[in-house]
Amino acid sequence: MSMVERVSHDVLVIGAGGAGLRAAIAAAATGARVGLVCKSLLGKAHTVMAEGGMAAAMGHVDDRDNWRVHFADTMRGGQYMNNWRMAELHAKEAPDRVRELEAWGAVFDRTADGRILQRNFGGHRYPRLAHVGDRTGLEMIRTLQDHAIHQGIDVHMEVTVVRLLMDGGRVAGVLAYDRERGRFKVFSCGAVVLATGGVGRAFKITSNSWEYTADGQALAYEAGAELMDMEFVQFHPTGMVWPPSVKGILVTEGVRGEGGVLRNSQGKRFMFDDIPENYRNQTADSEEEGWRYTQGDKSARRPPELLTRDHVARCIQREVREGRGSPHGGVYLDIAWIKERIPKAQDHIKKKLPSMYHQFMQLANIDITTTPMEVGPTTHYIMGGIRVDGDSQMSTVPGLFAAGECAAGLHGANRLGGNSLSDLLVFGKRAGEYAARFAAEHPGATVSNSEVDGAVAAALSPFERAGSAEQPYRIQHELQDLMQDLVGIVRKEEEMRRALDALQGLKARARDVGVAGNREYNPGWHTALDLANLLTISEAIALAAVERKESRGGHFRDDYPDKDSNYAKFNIVMRKGSGGEMELERRPIPPLPQELAGIIEEQKS
Amino acid sequence: MTATTFRIWRGEKGNGAFADYTADITEGMVVLDAMHQIQADNANDLAIRWNCKAGKCGSCSAEINGMPKLMCMTRMDELPTDKPITVEPMRAFPHIRDLVTDVSWNFEVKKRIKKFTPRPPDAPDGTWRMVQEDVDRVQEFRKCIECFLCQDVCHVLRDHHKHDEFIGPRYFVYSAALEMHPLDTADRLKDLKEDQAIGYCNITKCCTKVCPEHITITDNAIIPLKERVVDEFYDPLMKLVRLVRGKPRS
Ligand SMILES: Cc1cc2nc3c(=O)[nH]c(=O)nc-3n(C[C@H](O)[C@H](O)[C@H](O)COP(=O)(O)OP(=O)(O)OC[C@H]3O[C@@H](n4cnc5c(N)ncnc54)[C@H](O)[C@@H]3O)c2cc1C
Ligand code: SF4
Ligand code: SF4
Ligand code: FES
Repeated sequence: MSMVERVSHDVLVIGAGGAGLRAAIAAAATGARVGLVCKSLLGKAHTVMAEGGMAAAMGHVDDRDNWRVHFADTMRGGQYMNNWRMAELHAKEAPDRVRELEAWGAVFDRTADGRILQRNFGGHRYPRLAHVGDRTGLEMIRTLQDHAIHQGIDVHMEVTVVRLLMDGGRVAGVLAYDRERGRFKVFSCGAVVLATGGVGRAFKITSNSWEYTADGQALAYEAGAELMDMEFVQFHPTGMVWPPSVKGILVTEGVRGEGGVLRNSQGKRFMFDDIPENYRNQTADSEEEGWRYTQGDKSARRPPELLTRDHVARCIQREVREGRGSPHGGVYLDIAWIKERIPKAQDHIKKKLPSMYHQFMQLANIDITTTPMEVGPTTHYIMGGIRVDGDSQMSTVPGLFAAGECAAGLHGANRLGGNSLSDLLVFGKRAGEYAARFAAEHPGATVSNSEVDGAVAAALSPFERAGSAEQPYRIQHELQDLMQDLVGIVRKEEEMRRALDALQGLKARARDVGVAGNREYNPGWHTALDLANLLTISEAIALAAVERKESRGGHFRDDYPDKDSNYAKFNIVMRKGSGGEMELERRPIPPLPQELAGIIEEQKS
Repeated sequence: MTATTFRIWRGEKGNGAFADYTADITEGMVVLDAMHQIQADNANDLAIRWNCKAGKCGSCSAEINGMPKLMCMTRMDELPTDKPITVEPMRAFPHIRDLVTDVSWNFEVKKRIKKFTPRPPDAPDGTWRMVQEDVDRVQEFRKCIECFLCQDVCHVLRDHHKHDEFIGPRYFVYSAALEMHPLDTADRLKDLKEDQAIGYCNITKCCTKVCPEHITITDNAIIPLKERVVDEFYDPLMKLVRLVRGKPRS
């Protein structure tokens, strides 16, 4: 114990993306002593990469928009698997959270009358996404970061949490190591907010960074919290497919919002061929109507390219599989064609989609103002995660809160684009406030020294096996191939069973992983520690996906290609059993209150 | 596929040496891909910072063949491969390990700059009105990804080590974004002149040349700030005009 540094806070926030920063600001505003821990430097979290915008029904561009429409859109997009209370709070509170960013210095793109501009996005009935070109995430994280540094929050950068420490049934602190020196730190606190983001690194082709190793979900699971909806992983329809080294990097949906269209190798707009029944009323009949929609014509309906992500991704997959793909195994996304419709189209594209322009120019030598892009599906987001109370964001473990991508509920079976950034703000704030309240009302948690000693020894064990044949990177790569091939965008029972067997083998090998070198800034060691989290969560995803014998939202089963109303009645919930095994349960979805059910009906037309 | 030699700086706390590694280069690869290949195959403990691999987070700054660049946005086919490609950490900051430097000074500097201070809201619902033309300039500055490459290349920091007095181009961009924000009411000119030593900048434009976000740091941020400082402190007439008119609108 003498070798670990000790730090104490009232509330400890893990993660400095949008959710973590907003939670820390909210907790600090109550007067609590707040610590903020993140794996990378401040301002580098995944949120920085978000492009298209954040959804909030402010009605600046179309005054027919309001929270009821946003609520109904979110529920329909999520195939009614959502925690409806969260969908309601999110729709109601998002506008205030966006305005608050403006008060803290954010500079959104403007409408002609000087208000915050909003753009179209898949699954949102009206233009709803507040944005800054295609770098909205940067604007958001920088605004929160620059505000947070003046709020008396203790920031611990490049510090990774490896264990939640418990006192009886509640959270009492965490064990972490700092990257630079590899030294351990014990944080004791009255409440923890997990805001650690997603799990994309479990798959080979992903838009996610190295940080997305499912830490928060696994930490919570190990501490006894429930996970929910783990089968619902979002494959974004448009990732780069070429060159190989950038495969998976995101191409924002904003391209389609600005009029970009999808074509197969025969030049056909294949999305017109497959429009789901429940969206038909709101989808354009002709290319002409679709174009008018993207240009703000309120009487026009959306082009089918802006249907929900799960659907568009599967259509692309189908085109490729049936031999109508592009040379590098994708389809074409064409924004250059708008020059047929508007003057100065090249400048317009560069102004509206500057990062996409640079991304393709620099990484693929392609000028998107003249040439179509090649795109294909990429693992993007996980709807499932830590199960939380809709109002407070507390998990099933007292004192343990979760917000942002690592929490489950808001998005159900499929997330609408733009609903994540607003999620981070709405529920980050709530988590921070409720965590501060919990810490104040439940003082006196203590960290056990023996638990710390055990966790430190476990974390250092890869060094003792320095000569081991098992290398962390190799196992990580094998895991990514396995999940990509067998638990990816199109799933089958038999393949997933094979994946589950293979996962047991990888888990055994991971226990033998050895790393060389010393503890200072040693990425091999960090990868070895992250592996356990990735393996646990991959197993949860595969188990839940086997259990849901239907297709819904992000979860598509080749052997059960249709929706099954019996499966509409429950969420799949998992927890660690007393014997260490993964327990799975079908948890009934509570009935919608009448008011909310009424809104859904009223918005169906 | 071509085998290419990389001469990578390895070591700790400034003590180190170049070591040669080879990586197989395929079409479209960037330097960061090569570093990852070497890390996975030959040097598991090679320390690198990176996150997004798409030029959006500003983590992977390094000096490639002596030029400050983002590793994830430097394509292999723009580098000559007939001789080894050198990859070194940024030299203007204390070294930690291999390609990683201690950039914490930058985060401390930011805290010293007066925070955003908006005027009262324009509308009863607590919101403001700003038109696009008024925010274009500020949006250019807000593209900054805090890669600190401009700080790395600025001779005032790199060669003269004025870290205690001079805040560097990144924070002139930051100050300009605040000063030219249509809603902001705080005055940072005295700080810029006295505590942040904007006068040390002699407009070499090296910072502008390396900025991966193509922010025209010198022309659009530093020179206008310098002009405002001059107006405020050396031109009594302009100062009077300012007193009467208030802070110049952007
Ligand atoms: C390319 C891309 C574009 C996107 N575009 C949009 C968009 O336009 N609109 C939208 O709504 N959504 C978008 N999304 C989704 C959205 O950006 C993310 O879901 C969201 O930013 C997640 O935020 P977060 O706060 O939950 O986590 P993150 O921003 O990912 O932050 C996670 C934090 O947790 C820390 N952390 C993780 N594990 C540990 C640990 N063990 N110890 C300590 N710290 C830890 C990390 O260091 C990091 O600081 C996009 C996603 C991607 C990848
Ligand atoms: S222009 Fe000024 S700030 Fe930029 S590199 Fe030269 S001296 Fe430094
Ligand atoms: S101004 Fe440009 S070079 Fe400097 S930190 Fe920002 S993005 Fe990097
Ligand atoms: S890794 Fe993000 S800028 Fe290079």
